[in-house]
Amino acid sequence: MITTMEEKPHVPAAPRKRKIPGWAVGVLGVAGAIVLLSTTSYMTGFPQLTSSGTTQTAVRLALPILLAGLGGLWAERAGVVNIGLEGMMIMGTWGAAWAGYQWGPWAAVVAAVVFGALGGLLHAIATVTFGVNHIVSGVAINLLGAGLTKYLSTLIFLPLSNNPRQSPPVTPFDTYSAAGFADWLGELEAGQRVFISDVAGILRGLVTGVSPLTMLAILLLPLSYYLLWRTRFGLRLRSVGENPHAADSLGVKVYFHKYVAVIVSGGLAGLGGAALVLNPGQLSYLEGQTGGRGYIGLAAMIFGNWRPGGLLGGAALFGYADGLQLRSGGETVLGLVYGVVILLGVIVVWQLVRRKWFSAAAAIVVAVLLYLLYVSLDEIPSEFVSYAPHMVTLAVLAVASQRLRMPAADGLVYRRG
Amino acid sequence: MGHLRGKLLPPALAIVFSMLLCGVALVISGANPLSAFGAMVTQVGKGSTLVDIVNSTGIYYIAALAVAIGFQMNLFNIGVEGQYRVAAVIAAVVGGSIALPPGIHTLVIIVVAALAGAAWAAIPAILKVTRGVNEVISTIMMNGLAIGLSAYLIRRDVFGELRGNNIRTAEIPESGWMPGISFGGGGTMFGFIFVAIALGVGYWVMMNKTRFGFELRASGESSTAASAGGVNAKKMVLVSMLLSGAIAGLISLPELLGRDHTFSLNFTAGIGFSGIAIALLGRNHPGGIAFGALLWAFLDKSGLALDNVGVPREIVTIMQGSIVLSVVVAYEVVRRFELAAEQRRVGRELGTVGGAA
Repeated sequence: MITTMEEKPHVPAAPRKRKIPGWAVGVLGVAGAIVLLSTTSYMTGFPQLTSSGTTQTAVRLALPILLAGLGGLWAERAGVVNIGLEGMMIMGTWGAAWAGYQWGPWAAVVAAVVFGALGGLLHAIATVTFGVNHIVSGVAINLLGAGLTKYLSTLIFLPLSNNPRQSPPVTPFDTYSAAGFADWLGELEAGQRVFISDVAGILRGLVTGVSPLTMLAILLLPLSYYLLWRTRFGLRLRSVGENPHAADSLGVKVYFHKYVAVIVSGGLAGLGGAALVLNPGQLSYLEGQTGGRGYIGLAAMIFGNWRPGGLLGGAALFGYADGLQLRSGGETVLGLVYGVVILLGVIVVWQLVRRKWFSAAAAIVVAVLLYLLYVSLDEIPSEFVSYAPHMVTLAVLAVASQRLRMPAADGLVYRRG
Repeated sequence: MGHLRGKLLPPALAIVFSMLLCGVALVISGANPLSAFGAMVTQVGKGSTLVDIVNSTGIYYIAALAVAIGFQMNLFNIGVEGQYRVAAVIAAVVGGSIALPPGIHTLVIIVVAALAGAAWAAIPAILKVTRGVNEVISTIMMNGLAIGLSAYLIRRDVFGELRGNNIRTAEIPESGWMPGISFGGGGTMFGFIFVAIALGVGYWVMMNKTRFGFELRASGESSTAASAGGVNAKKMVLVSMLLSGAIAGLISLPELLGRDHTFSLNFTAGIGFSGIAIALLGRNHPGGIAFGALLWAFLDKSGLALDNVGVPREIVTIMQGSIVLSVVVAYEVVRRFELAAEQRRVGRELGTVGGAA
């Protein structure tokens, strides 16, 4: 509160003209990321940084984060903070396993969405109808989700799998690969040519072993964008998150839109749970499987400034860091630190051009520190790599919290007058 | 009188509602809820269950106090979970690597744990006062990092050692232990329980008899009014967060000093989140929290008996979850009801509103 008030005089002083449309920023971002990765991979000698295997794993790991983040986006755009994503995701994993081992993967997807949506409904009843604090309700739902699934697993999975913490195996989806295209990319990747091989590796990872769930999840992102930003319904839903009283005075059904948003949010989190259960490496419900991914989804959404494009970027980044660690260990992740140093170098130049001396100096200091880290360590301890999302989120919040813009009435309890 | 009823009715309603809910769940799954409840009650008298409940109550009590300090000023310290984990591993490492006379050794471990908890809480606190970062998000992230840090610190090439199948820190020498009260076959009560009681008394005195407590509560009631009255909001956030973190640092000490003497993979996780639930149930009041902690401990420990009557004991976690959710709903409903009653009364006295509002 106080800090924003202090910062306020600076804001009108620099009216920046934004002529670059959002999609162009996205394209530039992707291109920049690829250039950065291929440069890093060339300089550090780690071809794994852009290999198809890494990309494939990254996609798989980014999927639950993306879906949880989308869930967070829906709820928070309607002004309801959803800490309960984790609990809804847990319920989704249980639902997916329960339906999945009996009736196959599509049933698993449906059950996961239904179970997650039930969690969302509970959150909506508590926060919207009864006006309970959003954080409190979310924490309670996380406790409840964990307890409920533990109970149900002991009750139903124990006689089948002889393990109260695991479900019987679930039938996976068939995966699809763009056969000819992928082979051609594989040749290119094996060629080890600078940049071309890197791009080929990343593309090949994206088009190999794609499950219908992946396609569904990736379709849900533009669909959410379209629904929330390009339809009348979406405008109303977002207006409820910005100023519910004004929306109400214009005849928007505030409670209805909040309910829809939170239930969809739960359904998406549940689908994220299904993505975990139907992951080819796992294929069953495991207690503690979500491992805080609901929270990471929330973090990805904040990283993306409550926008779908940014959310995709956040989920991709977090999934990539995780996938890299899983595929090729801590020393390649150290390569990423080198990449960050290069990125900071670019930022320094940019800030110098804009004559922002303080930011440039700060970026130089961080870059030097990270470079020293890179030189002095052999590998990043694996214990920390899984928590890279947490560190990145804290860093982003610390540096850019003034520029992040969440919905104005986010987290506030609204009561019909 | 009505005041007291407004305070006691919601938790009672919530507990009854949750019991009914779990009863229905048990009936659906083909078990007898009455025999399950009976098994839980008789379990209290068996073996060391009673002492286990007391021990567990103390641990939950400390956790809920840590959360409550933040709640008093609408500061959501979700990070108690991470703070006590980091404090536990650092206290275990420090306690296991120094040699001091008995008493002083224990005291040093306690101080180190409190400082470590406060230091872990300082990061979100500083981010909040300097950069305006929401403490809920930052403490959630710090919880994740705490798991990573503790896993790293007990690695065998860092501070850990392999004992059997378990990786753990070096054992704290006997001079650093805190003796308990032994009941023979009835188990041993942790000596740290008395520290927990002292913390509760200290919390009550601080909240009700000191200027700091007044300012804390004032900031919680209305931050604008408090700042207008000369309360430094940033200082309050910083101090209460550090205090909350310091108390959170003590959560694992009953077990560390009284039983385990080492930080291992068997570390009891999740107490921070239970603390949030208990603080909500007890409405941040030291007495209410004690009741909530006792209820939680009873459900945890007596729930073990459920396996004997063929009921999965996880039903108690459902019960805990539904108690929290229904108690916050009940508090809110009662608050609204009282507000409406108040408005009606004022309306009647002023003669502006007719019989029905």
